[in-house]
Amino acid sequence: MLEIEQLHASVEGTKILKGIDLRVNAGEVHAIMGPNGSGKSTLANVIAGRPGYEVTGGKINYEGQDLVDTTPDDRALSGIFLAMQYPVELPGVRNRQFIKAALDALRNRRGQEELTAREFDTLYRAKVVDIGMDPDLSRRNVNEGFSGGEKKRNEMLQLAILEPKLALLDETDSGLDIDALRTIATGINGMRSSDRAFILVTHYQRILSYINPDYVHVLVDGQIVRQGGSELSEELEAKGYKGLIEPANRGNS
Amino acid sequence: MTTQPVQQYGQYKNDHEALLRSSTSHDALYTLRAKGMTSFEHHGFPVQTRDNEKWKHTNITPIARTAFTSPTPSSTLTKPDLRGLVPMHDDWATLVFVDGFYVESLSSPRLDGVRVSGIPDDLTNEPRIGTILNHESGGFTALNTAFLQNGALVNIPANSNSIGPVHVVFVTTEHSERIVTHPRTLVIVGANTELTLLESYVTLTSNEYFTNAVSEIVLEPGSKMDHYRYLMESSNAFHVGVIGVQQDRDSSFRSTAFAHGARIARNEVHVMLNAPGASCALGGLYFTNGTEHIDNHINIEHLQPHTVSDLYFKGILDGQSRAVFSGGVIVHPNAQKTVATQKDQNLLLSDGARINTKPMLEIYADDIQAAHGATAGAIADEAIYYMQSRGLSRETARRLLIQGYATEIIDRVDLDILHDHLEGLFSSETHSLNPLGRKKSVSI
Repeated sequence: MLEIEQLHASVEGTKILKGIDLRVNAGEVHAIMGPNGSGKSTLANVIAGRPGYEVTGGKINYEGQDLVDTTPDDRALSGIFLAMQYPVELPGVRNRQFIKAALDALRNRRGQEELTAREFDTLYRAKVVDIGMDPDLSRRNVNEGFSGGEKKRNEMLQLAILEPKLALLDETDSGLDIDALRTIATGINGMRSSDRAFILVTHYQRILSYINPDYVHVLVDGQIVRQGGSELSEELEAKGYKGLIEPANRGNS
Repeated sequence: MTTQPVQQYGQYKNDHEALLRSSTSHDALYTLRAKGMTSFEHHGFPVQTRDNEKWKHTNITPIARTAFTSPTPSSTLTKPDLRGLVPMHDDWATLVFVDGFYVESLSSPRLDGVRVSGIPDDLTNEPRIGTILNHESGGFTALNTAFLQNGALVNIPANSNSIGPVHVVFVTTEHSERIVTHPRTLVIVGANTELTLLESYVTLTSNEYFTNAVSEIVLEPGSKMDHYRYLMESSNAFHVGVIGVQQDRDSSFRSTAFAHGARIARNEVHVMLNAPGASCALGGLYFTNGTEHIDNHINIEHLQPHTVSDLYFKGILDGQSRAVFSGGVIVHPNAQKTVATQKDQNLLLSDGARINTKPMLEIYADDIQAAHGATAGAIADEAIYYMQSRGLSRETARRLLIQGYATEIIDRVDLDILHDHLEGLFSSETHSLNPLGRKKSVSI
């Protein structure tokens, strides 16, 4: 589904990604872990097409198509979804109206008919309950006045309704209490399927006790320094980034 | 001095003399008009100078230099012509003025037991005409009075049931020459009565013309008025609108204005809070494009204790357009316990758009609450990216954000038909109606 080869990227002239190779197949869950500033959020945003995040080398292939010169909305319409680390407030834009507009755009692209207002309402209400979102918030403007945790839940609501093929979750777990974390993990586990892939970007091992990843990649200074199965995250939990990386660095030198 | 000699004095003087000659008697109307001209000759048009705070950022020389002529009645307008132009409803009491003249066939002044009239005699025989806006209003109001012809009188007796909506529509049509109209509205809301009133200023031409409107509003004790103003003049038009409001004890004035830019548009509101318990809430949304210019000049006088004023305006500016906002609030020495708040926010959609916004608080009492704030900013790139990452195009994202920005003011409208009309104007589906879409927008 996603093939990244020797990806180099810069933000405002600073090199952040320095040769990433990553292959994600449909049905897989990948965890990208790393200390602050390692480039893991940048990787998620480069895949989603964030303006200002410049690809300076390498390739991103998604379903056989080179993504590098496509717009963020094109990528979204082809099935990529980024749950953001810091979801944006959209004053005056109703959450329901926003998600309906996004779903309409997706369904148009897929050659499906748009849902009627009533059909959408039924879907929306059901997903609000599934995600455990406060129904009052669901009627408000997008993320306006939401707490950090509520914003993350709203990202999950969008994920659940838009049903992407490739879901990138950028530190969706940070700032969540244990109940919220469980709800979100249950939501993600419920969406796992053979035709959908997840990339979880996270600083902490915590969420991986609820979502068992197929692969774990450890990113340090713009490069993947370790790869493995879910046991790698446990090792990381035990040793910390320092303990895990240093032997690897020595091995490289 | 803040005035200049009347540049097109000749044209106005000739037209005025002809108007006076057409009068058969020296009645109230004749006297008003004569007084108006004398006052106009005294005031002249305002001049933009650095010292003239009232006109600092708006140069009305193009109005003063142009010889606008007074039209004669020539309307062949029909109701269907009006439908697309203004929000309308058959249940409303509607007064329609075309090029300044009352058109009975388009109007439906019926309203149980209430005087709603477009007849000149009714307006000019009401003793309160011309007494609401006095020294404040200057040359433009004097000129309006000098040419007083037709106008709307809405006089609601005390202790009536809730009345309205009353809709007063002023339409300018196509003419080969540059014309001027002087719309006049006088509203008296009797004690303990509620009125909903909508004033609309619309056009069927993209030519240059001048609308010089004056509205006078009297709120008697315990009365309540929901007032809306819908300004959709042409981009080449000049519009000067002055509203004067005199508020008595415990009266409430709630006004929301929706104003499209014009070549020069000036919206003045003067509110006098004359007695304890009087309150006003003024809101507005102005949107400009191209080289349009809009100037919102608000002046609120707190003359007595326990009076409340609240201003909330928003601007959406595109192209090379300019907007001016000045929110003047004067709290007089004995107006203790006054609460005065004001906010002006602006969304700049292009690098070329400019806003001059400033609060002007003059406070002579010591026990009051006052707050003000003004902002100007562009659409955040973050917001666009967020929406794009959900599959919305840049254009759709931008439109939804502009619409969302406008919603806060549109939601102040309780009149459903007007609310829906305004929503339609800004909605993403109706590009053709969207005034912001008239010109291809500068990309952000």
